[in-house]
Amino acid sequence: MMGPLLKVDQLGKRFGGFVALDSVALTVAEGERVGLIGPNGSGKSTLVNCICGTLHNETGSVTFAGEKMDGLIAHERTRRGLARSFQLPRPFMSMSVADNIRVPLLYTVAARIGHHVSKAEADDRCMELLKLVALDHKAAKNPRDLTQVEMRKLELARAMAAEPKLLIADESMAGLSHSEVEDIVTLLIRLNERGITIIMIEHIMRAVMSFSQRLAVLVSGKKIADGKPDDVIKEKEVIGAYLGQ
Amino acid sequence: MRTPAFILIQIVAGLALYLLFNYFGNDYWFFAGYTVLQYVVLATAWNILGGYCGYVNFGSAGFFALGAYTSVFFYNVGQGVDDLFPDSLAGVMHLIFPLPMPLLIVIGGFVAGLVGLGTGYLTLRLRGVFFAIATLALAVVLETLIINWEFVGGARGAYVIPPAEIPVFGPYIQFLFALMILLVILSLTIARLIERSRLGYGFATIRDDELAAEACGVPTLRLKLIATTISGALMGMAGAPFPYYIGYVEPGSAFNLSYAVNSIAMPMIGGTSTWVGPLIGAVLLGTLQQIATVTISSAVNLLIVGLLLIGFVIVAPSGIVGLAQVWMRKRSKA
Repeated sequence: MMGPLLKVDQLGKRFGGFVALDSVALTVAEGERVGLIGPNGSGKSTLVNCICGTLHNETGSVTFAGEKMDGLIAHERTRRGLARSFQLPRPFMSMSVADNIRVPLLYTVAARIGHHVSKAEADDRCMELLKLVALDHKAAKNPRDLTQVEMRKLELARAMAAEPKLLIADESMAGLSHSEVEDIVTLLIRLNERGITIIMIEHIMRAVMSFSQRLAVLVSGKKIADGKPDDVIKEKEVIGAYLGQ
Repeated sequence: MRTPAFILIQIVAGLALYLLFNYFGNDYWFFAGYTVLQYVVLATAWNILGGYCGYVNFGSAGFFALGAYTSVFFYNVGQGVDDLFPDSLAGVMHLIFPLPMPLLIVIGGFVAGLVGLGTGYLTLRLRGVFFAIATLALAVVLETLIINWEFVGGARGAYVIPPAEIPVFGPYIQFLFALMILLVILSLTIARLIERSRLGYGFATIRDDELAAEACGVPTLRLKLIATTISGALMGMAGAPFPYYIGYVEPGSAFNLSYAVNSIAMPMIGGTSTWVGPLIGAVLLGTLQQIATVTISSAVNLLIVGLLLIGFVIVAPSGIVGLAQVWMRKRSKA
């Protein structure tokens, strides 16, 4: 594929008089691991929502795998290979852990391959993904019975079940302990090694620095820095945004 | 259990019920049984949208009445062939009309399904209480239209005189009862098929979390339209034989609040998570109402529904099926 996998061009989004995103531009190459940071209210989640089609941007455009995403609704973008996990886990509570994974297989994968995924195929794939996130022993449980970190893993496994080209992990580590954060970072790196491009949105700098090959910083809806993580965190504007002027 | 076996069991059960009523009962049994079966269809239809998708429909009476008034419309067309059509067509129309009841059921289902689809387009961007109010408003709008439509009787209502007897079945009510058994089989089979299919998973994701459903690739809007169409069509089918059952239809009876309340209460009391719930709820509540009608008063019907609904919402929000599932889980752990 020529060009970047994801190209966000001059993206703008307002909520009434509040400018959430102001001409944000971001490109992500295939196979890349990109960290996206910014203080609370900087527009990170709005950017994710605009990229994934949950919100509609007023200006600018999103191009994914060479195709313009503007006008496509969320599920159509997922089917094209753009998956996300949510900041607060949103499992389907009436279903088992395994059935949560089954949903993207039945809808996204089936739509992509053009025929139904058989029960046996879906079962195998569910278990494979649950093993990947070490939740196979809880396949029959209800998401209510999972711990916080397990819930996050389920969220990632469900996003993975859609067989995405790009995974956006929106604060997958919020509220987790040190070792649990390590666990998720390792998992994300493992997913990236399988060929999935990942954008990680995170506040935990330790995790961001160990994960990201490139780092972008959003402040008040504007991108103020984009580059190698070690260089970006030394930039005056970034330090100012995080530590105060 | 595979679907053909499920249908076969239903046919055997339906046949047994019919023969039982025929052998032991009288016409009243068929009248009362018809009402209970009609509620099974209505409750199952409501549950497809309300239980599986989590979209509470307060307008069941509207869809039911659409089916009923479709029958009234075609009955009146049949009655007025000579006035409505030129002489050249009247002869042919006399051959076509009156339309057979199974065809009226299909047409009633089609009309109500179409209105369900339209309602879906207009209201499904609404959620929760706003959607519920919109469906209630739909029923009110439809009732107003019918009140002002003279051809189907308007506010004064319309008489529909069914044939007294019909070959094979004898009294017409027995024929309607048999048709309602078939509608129950159809609606339960559809509900069970949905529940066990990809569509059922999709509906459940809508009920649980629409945003997450979209992120998983579930086309939520399309699925909601499918749900409103199927649900509306089944309600319309349940309503189509109603004028022939009751003989006289007026907006107050066809759009009666009791249809909307029962359609909600029966699945809630039985349990909304599976096809069995509405069946249990409708049989239980419908039978109770019929007993109350003949032993106490028909006015006490809604009181029974209301009290039971309040009781279940407080004590067992997952309904009878939910209670049974909890009991079975505890038993398997012990």
